Amino acid sequence: MYKSRYSTFYLILIFLGGLLLLFLVAPLLGMFFKTSGTDLWATANEKEVTDSFLLTIFTALGATVTGAILAIPLSYILARKDFPLKGLVSGIIDLPVVIPHSAAGIAILGFISRDTTLGKAAEFAGITLVGSPIAISMAMAFVSLPFLVNAARDGFAAVPERLEKAAMNLGASPTKVFLTISLPLAWRSILSGLIMMFARGMSEFGAVIIVAYHPMVAPVMIFERFSSFGLKYATPVSVLFILVALFLFIAFRLLLKKKKNA
Amino acid sequence: MLELKNISKTLGSFQLQNISITVEAHDYFVVVGASGAGKSQLLELIAGMSLPDSGSITLNGLDITQNKMQKRDVGMVFQDYAIFPHMTVAQNIAYPLQYKNLSKSQINLKVKMLAEDMAIDHLLDRNPAELSGGEQQRTALARTLALDPKILLLDEPLSNVDIRLKYELRRLLRKINKKGIPIVHVTHDFEDAIVLATKVAVIKDGRIIQTGHPTEVFLHPASDFIAKFAGVRNFFRSELIDETGSGLKLAMIKNHPGIHVVTDETPGEGSIIIPASDIFLSNQKTETSARNQFKAQVCEVFPSLEGMEVIVDCGIKLAVLVSRSSVTEMNIVEGRDIWISFKASSVQFIKG
Repeated sequence: MYKSRYSTFYLILIFLGGLLLLFLVAPLLGMFFKTSGTDLWATANEKEVTDSFLLTIFTALGATVTGAILAIPLSYILARKDFPLKGLVSGIIDLPVVIPHSAAGIAILGFISRDTTLGKAAEFAGITLVGSPIAISMAMAFVSLPFLVNAARDGFAAVPERLEKAAMNLGASPTKVFLTISLPLAWRSILSGLIMMFARGMSEFGAVIIVAYHPMVAPVMIFERFSSFGLKYATPVSVLFILVALFLFIAFRLLLKKKKNA
Repeated sequence: MLELKNISKTLGSFQLQNISITVEAHDYFVVVGASGAGKSQLLELIAGMSLPDSGSITLNGLDITQNKMQKRDVGMVFQDYAIFPHMTVAQNIAYPLQYKNLSKSQINLKVKMLAEDMAIDHLLDRNPAELSGGEQQRTALARTLALDPKILLLDEPLSNVDIRLKYELRRLLRKINKKGIPIVHVTHDFEDAIVLATKVAVIKDGRIIQTGHPTEVFLHPASDFIAKFAGVRNFFRSELIDETGSGLKLAMIKNHPGIHVVTDETPGEGSIIIPASDIFLSNQKTETSARNQFKAQVCEVFPSLEGMEVIVDCGIKLAVLVSRSSVTEMNIVEGRDIWISFKASSVQFIKG
């Protein structure tokens, strides 16, 4: 006796899931098919566009690397230690997820403008923060750090404490334990957090446009082309940027997978 | 020599209280206790993973109470072995050696020697995930021994291995101990204590309630708890011999003609246990299917939890549990002769 593998219940689930996938994929595919290859090629050869893409990638990379240096130690503390107000610290980490990104941009602008201590200090060093790649990186980091901290914290928490204790018993200092045991074992989670942070930073619009309209990162450029010239001119840039982002995302994912199999 | 003096430690609602133990240079010290009695906490204090609230720990005359765990020369093997999953067997064993100012070739040589001692030299390039429980344990032992510890702490080392491996591991542990490394071994299994210990401590609710030679502790339990927990009164070191080539074998004990045992074990050294409730008393020699029948003398008769306990001497002293009515009806009194019998199949032989 062979019964149908799918009951009505599962057919309903599959139908609803299918609708969701269609909702995600259809608009993107529609946009892809509406864009001609020649338009795409022409856009890809515009210096303004390539400059903007490079700026986006490098500012997001800068945000991720700087973020990692500060976020990984904090994640380790959050995973391993109990301390007063730990709940509050965790809440602060998640804050950027819940506040509107434009508001986050306003807050950062207020933080780095010329009349603040930080702004004055930078001015003194000859750097104008507002409208600079540094400001863009800061805005990107602000909204994307939670992804890294949470992933890294979960990664560290999943490393059995016994392994760390065993390493200490075998003579390793806390620093050595962190470098030889905790970090390698949590590395996959951390890397996945880094990729999420990088992707989130690259696609950030709301916070970035407030701290730096110029130089233009890709999401701002897409918005600018749309508001100045309309949908027809914004589409090729959008498609191109999605392709670049997808390419990077898939490349990182493959890297992660390869490491797992190694 | 390891000495703990009046060690106390409060951990949440649990307390280790006034723990004092002395482990001599050649001791195989087994701490027996039910789960939750504080065995692992005791080991963690000795290893320095937590610090005591009061009391002192000295190792070979040096006070190590406040020493960092890296500076104690105390090696610990965890119950789950704590093998580093991202390193090969060789890298695991080499882990403590990288902090010892050795050249690469010296490290490789030492890893190879330790692996040979533990009979895992064919596994050096393997990943821990491919190892069996016994192999992981040997890796953990080799790694800890690479530290050249002054004392070895073992947390339930035999609880995760199957019965056939226990014999080999016990032999290995005894061999390590014979090389001059004192061992503190915590377990919930009294069998480990019988087979391995030169000294036993019984721990209950965070207190050591009895310490001594294993025979002393099990034959003269200081409390009903130990008697019940140990659940064993009659155990002896013996040499198993096979005269017939069948399942029925003879266990030889000093001062005794030998006890018939039904066991599948191969001949060799081990311990036998004769459950006190499986021994029958009779006034005359009787015709019985029990393969063990001996003439004995009654040494002591006293009440116990389950009824009456009679200690008889037939070359070896045995405890026998009988009912109160039997004692009166059969007129069992100290000094008289009596016959005892028990089945060969009720005798348990533990190899090792």
